[in-house]
Amino acid sequence: MGEEIPKDVALQLYRTMKRIRSFEMAVIELFARGKIPGFLHTYVGEEAVAAGVCAALRPDDWIISTHRGHGHLIAKGGRLDLMMAELYGKQTGYCKGKGGSMHIAEPDLGMLGANAIVGAGTAIINGAALTAQYLGTNQVAVAFFGDGASNTGAFHEAMNMAAVWKLPTIFVCENNAYAESTPQTYHQTIEEIAVRAVGYGMPSASVDGNDAGAVYLAAKEAVARARRGAGPTLVEAKTYRIRGHYEGDPQIYRPKEEVEAWEKKCPVEHWRTVLLDRGISGDTIEEIDSQIDRELKEAVAFAEESPLPSPTEARSDIFTPLPTEMYHG
Amino acid sequence: MAEMTYREAVKQALREELQNDERVLMLGEDIAEFGGTFKVSLGLLEEFGPNRIRNTPLSETAILGAAVGAAATGLRPIAEIMYSDFFAVALDQVVNQAAKMRYMFGGKLSLPLTIRTAMGGRRSAAAQHSQCLEAWFMHIPGLKLAMPSNAYDAKGLLKSAVRDPNPTIIFENKMLYNEKRDVPEEPFFVPWGEAHIVRKGTDVTVVALSDMVGFALKAADRLADEGISLEVIDPRTLMPLDIDTIVESVQKTGRLVVTHEACVTGGVGAEIGSQVAYRAFDYLAAPVERVGAKDSPIPFAPILEREILPDDQDVVDAAYRVMDYSA
Repeated sequence: MGEEIPKDVALQLYRTMKRIRSFEMAVIELFARGKIPGFLHTYVGEEAVAAGVCAALRPDDWIISTHRGHGHLIAKGGRLDLMMAELYGKQTGYCKGKGGSMHIAEPDLGMLGANAIVGAGTAIINGAALTAQYLGTNQVAVAFFGDGASNTGAFHEAMNMAAVWKLPTIFVCENNAYAESTPQTYHQTIEEIAVRAVGYGMPSASVDGNDAGAVYLAAKEAVARARRGAGPTLVEAKTYRIRGHYEGDPQIYRPKEEVEAWEKKCPVEHWRTVLLDRGISGDTIEEIDSQIDRELKEAVAFAEESPLPSPTEARSDIFTPLPTEMYHG
Repeated sequence: MAEMTYREAVKQALREELQNDERVLMLGEDIAEFGGTFKVSLGLLEEFGPNRIRNTPLSETAILGAAVGAAATGLRPIAEIMYSDFFAVALDQVVNQAAKMRYMFGGKLSLPLTIRTAMGGRRSAAAQHSQCLEAWFMHIPGLKLAMPSNAYDAKGLLKSAVRDPNPTIIFENKMLYNEKRDVPEEPFFVPWGEAHIVRKGTDVTVVALSDMVGFALKAADRLADEGISLEVIDPRTLMPLDIDTIVESVQKTGRLVVTHEACVTGGVGAEIGSQVAYRAFDYLAAPVERVGAKDSPIPFAPILEREILPDDQDVVDAAYRVMDYSA
């Protein structure tokens, strides 16, 4: 699979996954130390999905994310320092401390936000796709969501609307086997969520979500279809949530052996092997790793040193001020 | 000036805003060829084409979700929810998404999104097609709400909404679509947050929403014969709410009746009454009266529906109660 992927993309996939993994392992530790308020859903084990999909996108393409959204922002080019500051609830964070982990967003990077209402993003992303279609910009729009979201009404309404309007939407289902604590084997009678596309007359693919190359190639095909005006695609990436639903989840609902088996299929380690097999030197990979380590250290320092938001800011940014020229013409 | 119906006034606002800005488009169920259930958009398809007057599948969540996403990425969508009751199946997109997106993102984007919907009863449409649900949305910071009571406001408030960089919801009243009023034919705007003193008076302030403005004016005519003078105020928008104009009026009259077609319990009247009681307590000669629907699902049979919904007689009765009150 790796052979079909250009070297620069292969390296990018590794770098993105490694940035995500390193960020997540850091925030897990910082959260345990009480540095991060609220709750935390990490993307550990699912990195290949965000990395593979976003590698197939242009910088101006849109994505919308989930409550488990750090990986998507990183894959879309998010800065670790601004992300870390947001998770800390600092003024310098991506959302000035108003969104936190579950609502982190950067529209300038095409990232329309992590979204803590499961399934909601699938409906919103069609709007971004509609804008692209309406203005003829040739952008595409991607919704990331999980297996749980594939049971929401929003998902089904959105799939149908995207198909009817031939929107340049790509629905990326991160099937990580659990909707919070409920296994997919309980919450649906199907094994492949991709089959749900049939009901909407939409093409689909189901791929190994721990193989960044497979995800990238499936996404590339879906993106090409969307850009040529041939409408939406459902891409299912089968993966696994290595950590609990949230940090601190006692995980009484799944056997340790199951988790351990999936840990052996680590997407980051797998891709490192692919790179080495392709003749990319260990030194090159080490250099990427150490760059990321430095970036992360700086990000934590930035978050630590950043000021808290002023309480006087608590009610700013609710409404956009009215433009003065609003009532002309 | 031209005499036109409320329906025609809404359509004129839509047409002007579609002409004014290419980014404006409409989406909703049956709004294109069919012209919408209330025929508000009839003819706009021929004028602006199917790309801008977009029929949707019967999917309120998909409609509002697409409108949110389109607004977030550079368009100025006008979404239609056929009956306001249908908001209930898609509330997430209004309450958790549209109202909060700008705030959650630290002010990083604006949502110039307009949602139009038809509200109210008196048509034997029964319990799922007759409600007045404005109070739900007034409770959610991040939304702007208007309830135009006449053709002039229906046009002017809608035009302002489409230009507003924030999510706005306009509750149009089904019973008013055929009502005529003189409306300027040239473009004009009604700013949001400015109450309209519809009738000057001295004894009782009546704050009336939507079609209760008409009933309040009828009550005022009837009571004038009895020597009781009502001042009728139409807030026009609930968010922002021009409470100052209401408070000033109560400081003059000393009595307040708030009336809306929505049921009394948990209604907007409670909020307005509370704000007035707080700011004009020393001026009040009687407790604040609320006139609304009796707390009940809306019945089908006309005789039952009339029993539940408020009208001018209820306003007259409430006015007498505040006039006759003695501590």
